Amino acid sequence: MLELKNISYVAEEDGEKKRILDDVSLSVGDRFVAITGPNGGGKSTLAKIVAGILRPTQGRVYFDGEDITDLSVTERARRGISYAFQQPVRFKGITVKDLISLASGKRISVGEACAYLSEVGLCARDYIDREVNASLSGGELKRIEIATVLARGTRLSVFDEPEAGIDLWSFQNLISVFEKTYSKTQGSILIISHQERILNIADTIVVIAGGKVTKTGPREEVLPGLLSGRVCAALQG
Amino acid sequence: MDELEKMLLMQIADLHRVPDGAYNLRKNGESEGRRSTPHIRIEPRQDGHSGVDIFISSQTRGESVHIPVVITQSDYRETVYNDFYVEEGADVLIIAGCGIHNCGTQTAEHSGVHTFHVGKNARVKYVEKHYASGDGNGEKVMNPQTDIVLEEGARLEMETTQIKGVDSTVRTTNAALAAGAELVIREKIYTHGKQYAKTNFSVSLNGDGAGADVVSRSVAAGTSLQQLDLHIDGNTRCHGHSECDAIIMDDARVTAVPALAANCVDAELIHEAAIGKIAGDQLLKLMTLGLTEQEAEEQIIKGFLS
Ligand SMILES: Nc1ncnc2c1ncn2[C@@H]1O[C@H](COP(=O)(O)OP(=O)(O)OP(=O)(O)O)[C@@H](O)[C@H]1O
Ligand SMILES: [Mg+2]
Repeated sequence: MLELKNISYVAEEDGEKKRILDDVSLSVGDRFVAITGPNGGGKSTLAKIVAGILRPTQGRVYFDGEDITDLSVTERARRGISYAFQQPVRFKGITVKDLISLASGKRISVGEACAYLSEVGLCARDYIDREVNASLSGGELKRIEIATVLARGTRLSVFDEPEAGIDLWSFQNLISVFEKTYSKTQGSILIISHQERILNIADTIVVIAGGKVTKTGPREEVLPGLLSGRVCAALQG
Repeated sequence: MDELEKMLLMQIADLHRVPDGAYNLRKNGESEGRRSTPHIRIEPRQDGHSGVDIFISSQTRGESVHIPVVITQSDYRETVYNDFYVEEGADVLIIAGCGIHNCGTQTAEHSGVHTFHVGKNARVKYVEKHYASGDGNGEKVMNPQTDIVLEEGARLEMETTQIKGVDSTVRTTNAALAAGAELVIREKIYTHGKQYAKTNFSVSLNGDGAGADVVSRSVAAGTSLQQLDLHIDGNTRCHGHSECDAIIMDDARVTAVPALAANCVDAELIHEAAIGKIAGDQLLKLMTLGLTEQEAEEQIIKGFLS
């Protein structure tokens, strides 16, 4: 479904070039693909390249066989790509209901909007009319961000560290959110995560470090290596 | 009333019929209708100025007064004075507003001077909307002035909105607060084209424990120019907060000049200001939901000014 071919991304900062992704190739066809790896490795950069927020310096992106490298964020969204930001954006004056309505692409009833909030473990009544502004806590904002992707229900959903800021009790619910999403969309879910419990549900695990794919394969093959303290080895390929 | 006048009334006061309660409707300088109620008396002024005096008795609880102004003539200018006398302990909602439709080539101008004398412990909610339309070249000009005197323990909440179409405006609000009085102001302005909007807020916190919270949110598009002068004087133990939050687009310009004067060691005054274009990540987030850049912009502005 999603195919990344030889993606490189070079950022320029103060006139200095920095290679953030270096010849990354990846294909996502399974239900759950998890990307993991050290901080600063390039995971979010890759997610942004999938969503169209960043354009790769080199390489092509294919979605359902179509070359979408030159398509805008909007066009990709309309073709069926969703992206839950690592750091969700806040808006003054836009309510949770507004945002979920916009995500679902149609006018939805309060009841429908509430259903998405309940799925991410928020008591809908308390949140539906709140503004998505600085008054929300980090965890609340993160859950609302996940709810917008659920409301879209697209073929490909990318979640960037969805567990960040989510309390332990909710963890199991979060996992069932992904399972429900899958049963609804029958699409692929790409999750960037540092959490063993999330890696545990992945069909495929991809390790990205230093801008390169250092390891990729079925969970059963990749995960034991990551957990047994041979992390450095795994990261270095 | 014709369709055009009805449309203007809808825009400024959400009115599609004669309102309940007390009202005074002014159209092209004439009184089109007026009603007093047992608690709220509206009378023509005695001092030769045009406008009305509005007496709100201390028995008033949860009643409303509508005083809309509609202008549909070109080459017309007026200055109207309305004085509100709110007695001790009253609780009232006042809805004012001006709608101008000018399809001529000459200026249509309304200057409304509203004075509020708010008695002890009275509560006033004052909602004011300004709107103009018309495809002629005639300028639509509105210069509202609001003078507020709050006695001990009185509270006034003012919501002032200029939605669309006003070519030039100077909006002046002065307030003086006695002990324990509270003033809340929420201003919303959208300017586009070559429009000009100037806002002056000047608040004096004179009595022990007085408090003011003044927030202006605005969007300036096109080549419009907005200027905001925010002045709070803390003359005693008091708290004052002012905030200016503006989005600029295209070639618009916004100037915000806050001034806080703490004239007493127990005056606590805060100002916050942010002016800038729409944040890129806000646009991107909405685009990942399938909106075009322009749709995203519209949603962000709509929310911001809602
Ligand atoms: N515009 C930029 N200019 C310079 N450096 C950048 C830019 N964007 C990202 N980087 C750098 O690229 C590297 C990869 O960033 P990225 O956000 O993709 O990491 P990540 O794998 O998602 O990390 P984390 O696990 O901490 O979220 C980091 O070192 C980051 O500082
Ligand atoms: Mg990241």
